[in-house]
Amino acid sequence: MKLRHFLLITAASSALALPVQAQNILDWGANRDIGSLDPYSFGDSFTINVLNHVYEGLVRYDRDLGIEPALATSWEILDDQVTWRFTLREGVTFHNGNTFTAEDVQASLERVSHETSPLKGNLPAYVSSEVVDDYTIDITLNGTYPLLLNDLTNIHIFDREWLVENNAELPTDIGAGVEGYATYNANGTGPFVVESRQPEAQTVFMVNPDWWDDPQHNLDGFVLRPVTSPATRVAALLSGEIDFTNDAPVQDLPRLEASPDVNVLEGVDLRTVMIGFPFRDTLASGEPNPFADIRVREAMYKAIDLDLIHERIMRGKSRIAGAVVAPPIPGYSEDLDTVPAYDLEGAKALLAEAGVPEGLSFEFNCLSDGLVNEEQFCQAIASMWSRLGLEPQLDVAPRAVQSPKRTGGNTDVYTLGWATLPMLDSYSPLIQIFHSKEGNSGVFNWGDWSYPELDALVQAAGSELDLDTRLQLQNEAMQIIKDNHIMIPLHQQPMAWAVTDAVSDMPLFPDNKPRLWFARMGGDG
Amino acid sequence: MLAFLLKRTANAAFVMLAVALLAFLIFRSFGDPVEMMVNEQATQEDRAELRERLGLNDGFFTQYVRFVTNAVQGDFGISYRNQQDVMVLIAERLPATFELVLVATVISLVVGIPLGVVTAVHRDSRLADALQLTSIVGVSLPSFVVGILLILAFSVTLGWLPAFGRGETVDIGWWSTGLLTPSGRAALVLPAVSLSTFQITLVMRLVRAEMLETLRTDYVKFARARGVPRGRVHWVHALRNCLMPVITLTGMQIGNLIAFALVTETVFQWPGMGLLFIQAVTFVDIPVMAAYLMLVSFIFVVLNTIVDVTYAWVDPRLRDDTAKAGGSNG
Repeated sequence: MKLRHFLLITAASSALALPVQAQNILDWGANRDIGSLDPYSFGDSFTINVLNHVYEGLVRYDRDLGIEPALATSWEILDDQVTWRFTLREGVTFHNGNTFTAEDVQASLERVSHETSPLKGNLPAYVSSEVVDDYTIDITLNGTYPLLLNDLTNIHIFDREWLVENNAELPTDIGAGVEGYATYNANGTGPFVVESRQPEAQTVFMVNPDWWDDPQHNLDGFVLRPVTSPATRVAALLSGEIDFTNDAPVQDLPRLEASPDVNVLEGVDLRTVMIGFPFRDTLASGEPNPFADIRVREAMYKAIDLDLIHERIMRGKSRIAGAVVAPPIPGYSEDLDTVPAYDLEGAKALLAEAGVPEGLSFEFNCLSDGLVNEEQFCQAIASMWSRLGLEPQLDVAPRAVQSPKRTGGNTDVYTLGWATLPMLDSYSPLIQIFHSKEGNSGVFNWGDWSYPELDALVQAAGSELDLDTRLQLQNEAMQIIKDNHIMIPLHQQPMAWAVTDAVSDMPLFPDNKPRLWFARMGGDG
Repeated sequence: MLAFLLKRTANAAFVMLAVALLAFLIFRSFGDPVEMMVNEQATQEDRAELRERLGLNDGFFTQYVRFVTNAVQGDFGISYRNQQDVMVLIAERLPATFELVLVATVISLVVGIPLGVVTAVHRDSRLADALQLTSIVGVSLPSFVVGILLILAFSVTLGWLPAFGRGETVDIGWWSTGLLTPSGRAALVLPAVSLSTFQITLVMRLVRAEMLETLRTDYVKFARARGVPRGRVHWVHALRNCLMPVITLTGMQIGNLIAFALVTETVFQWPGMGLLFIQAVTFVDIPVMAAYLMLVSFIFVVLNTIVDVTYAWVDPRLRDDTAKAGGSNG
């Protein structure tokens, strides 16, 4: 009797703790859960994206992915060219009621660039910061650096007092085996407040009534509910259990489109899919490497039927690319975006001219959990190259297995998708992929190529503060990539979101990140 | 008996060590967790440094010994992906999996036993044949297909039950239960049914075989001759004698159900241990994978040991052998 009584009380009290039944609660069925409530805990762009609803940066992207003021209202570069002065917004409060000041910015920058932070690469130029007064902060960089604002869009600002109170000033360090308070709790300045979280089940975000900005959304809150299985996600959308998914499976799009209650939002992702070649002396097998010869790379390019891949494998939804960045990215130009015609005979002639032996065998490294339809287009390309008389050995496996082979140079030809995130600038692939591998540059230069002329242009761009000059330099660098076929761009991949009738406005962003502070639901509440 | 117990425990400990070793061998082919942990902008240097801090550069044997030493003290480390204590992560998920397995077991018994009796009593009838045929379907269909079919029928078409999730839960101490709320119970139906399909068939076939055996025995014939009603003979006298193997099997199958729950949990996004494990595999979250494998093998080992010990307790011949062998050695 007593136990039963106790259970009833528990049940009743938990019912009271539930969010008040509000009108516009959007159920977001994502393909995975966020890893933590701490945006600095793991180098994971989805977690940062979701937590951007709770935490904000000094600047942010607007509806057209332009940079606009957020927690900072204005900024200038001081005379020494390496110090940036930010004027901060007054009257902003954190969710716990604390006032936002320059000290919070300093604590956050220190936290993200601490040596154990997995995210310190997101703020590569940061050296130190100095609080001038409550609403002014100076940030010193390691040189003239044009992309600080781009980097800052993704650096979320914490409340210093809250970090200190909860002993969370340093990022969590798994190596040391300590857990962090910020892993379980959140306190930002953003449009939504974390109400509750059950990992892998649901995280409830309620609207922040004290947000400093005029909300463009009309939500009372949203619930992030991970649904890993694509079939279940589609079913949940059709049955109305979720209102929105940012990953509508490509194979189920016709079915979703046929449903009267579901709207599919399709677009082209910023992510450019490319194929890279080894420039080392030998292949992984120890045989001599023919790919350093530009004629071989050109032959491989001409032997790929891009239209066929676009129509059959990507179902007409991809965008064939000639440049290594997508059109919305600064630095893109139409001149770069041309592709050679499919020409098998010409390709064969080039291979013969380069003296490539018949039946040359090499590894072709693809991911099974990487890009859209990666396994299929890799198979198609492998068979196209077979027609050239080559013998590509297709090696498909999950990212975790393939990454060590790729970074260690233990494979030959490989795929790579690059969206320029979080920078959204063509400088990102130039410094990360195409620059020679030295120091912090060329981390993704898995083929080990080196073009000094290209490096010089990239370095010049990296310290050029004038936008037009910088983009011109980057454009020239991309021309070198194109002329030398360092990597072969294939396409920008398709992306698809889906919403039910309950959602009236859900802007689709080409960086594939939902920003629910722009979302509106049908019933005006 | 004490010698027997000690021997069984030693065996169990040895099995656990072997599982840990195998698990560690497998992890090496899973790939590099560091590549999954850092973001695109991290430099090679950052990666190397993180690898060093996690102790991934140590030799295989060093890592294994460190893991076993910590595991014995109940410390499985911090999840790479969630940055939470692994034991806490697993303890949070345990109730969900346990409730799912429990309800699936109850369903399999409640449905499987009567079906087994019916097919045995009315064997050669059309109904029995039809049930037998259906049961083959139940065994052959992979559980993710059953799950998807159930979702299509009951969530999408009929709209009666939720397609995923666990509904509202109530916390009783550290245990969270979905059994006390309407939405929690509704959410439990489809996953539990889907998980129990295989088990239903198993129970049904076992009961049927046992019943056929029992129905031929003399006491059943005498009971009939004495004029005890047919129904009472079948459902009380005969059935009772068939239940011992069913109970043993059900106990042993709990380990299997926990393992099978992995698939069901993925299809229904059921926030249990299996789902946690699948996510851990995708992210090469070695501490979570290791702890999960150890826990599941622990459950198997404990169940097996309990069964062995019970048998030895029930049947003295089993332990006599050991005692004699021990005696001759000493």
